[in-house]
Amino acid sequence: MGQGILLSGETEVDFMIHGVFSYELFGQTVWITRTHVCVLIVMLIIMAFCLFANRAIKRASEVPGAFQNVVELVVEMLDNMIGGVMGRYAVNFRNYIGTIFIFILISNISGLLGLRPPTADYGVTFALGIITFVLIHFNKFKHQKVSGVIKGLCSPWPIWAPINIISDLAVPVSLSLRLFANILSGTAIMALIYALLSKVALMWPAALHVYFDLFSGAIQTYVFCMLTMTYITDACTTEES
Amino acid sequence: MEFNTNFILGCSAIGAGLAVIAGIGPGVGQGIAAGHAAAAVGRNPGAKSDVTSTMLLGQAVAETTGLYGLLVAILLLFVKPLVP
Repeated sequence: MGQGILLSGETEVDFMIHGVFSYELFGQTVWITRTHVCVLIVMLIIMAFCLFANRAIKRASEVPGAFQNVVELVVEMLDNMIGGVMGRYAVNFRNYIGTIFIFILISNISGLLGLRPPTADYGVTFALGIITFVLIHFNKFKHQKVSGVIKGLCSPWPIWAPINIISDLAVPVSLSLRLFANILSGTAIMALIYALLSKVALMWPAALHVYFDLFSGAIQTYVFCMLTMTYITDACTTEES
Repeated sequence: MEFNTNFILGCSAIGAGLAVIAGIGPGVGQGIAAGHAAAAVGRNPGAKSDVTSTMLLGQAVAETTGLYGLLVAILLLFVKPLVP
């Protein structure tokens, strides 16, 4: 259990989540797992980048250096993406969408660094889905008021209310399962290849890493953020505006 | 009736194989979406980036049903919920 905690490829098929150590809390056994360690490493990477970016922007020069260029490129790209979908609501949600975009992207491509991607744990993605769910319904009640929400539930007829409630509740589940299953399938296929073909898996699995980690990870990040933005914009839009 | 563990594991493997047949539907759907996107780009090459992003979003949503089948297969094979 202790060996190869952070490596996703081992001699036998192994892509499950393992506990690193456990402790007792109020009579419950709480496990610190591989996912916690990997999330911590991803957080440290993002924090280090943010510290350097902060310093680079504070000392910004008229002719930007290489690193300042990269930071400006990232911020501009995120601003354009969010502004293109959310329109006049973009200002309020730039922070949240930008944060989850960077977190999910770094998490997904952390398979390249030998970590088990944190997003291949349903606990992580479901938490992200719950945050989106809360944001959707907070904004729904804020912008459409209680009467608008009830009217939305009872459309087209009041008898459809249970179906509308179920489809509202399905949003965080389907959002999080989509991200989880995509990243888990990539992790599982890479683990199978490394375990079953360990004698011939030299060099060429790198091409598969490009597809399963880089391409699939980037697409799923984009899709998660895009759907979150679409749902929130839907919730903000009232009939008058 | 009592079944031994190996029999249940074998049945789980068959069930996992059947579950990933769910991948047929999303495959066909994504192909149709990609074909129509290619036709749209052919008609209006200027809108290539818009068409591509819309296509990717739609394909990712259509993929969900296939992923549910995959999840069932992975649960049957590696979590083994049916083994007592």
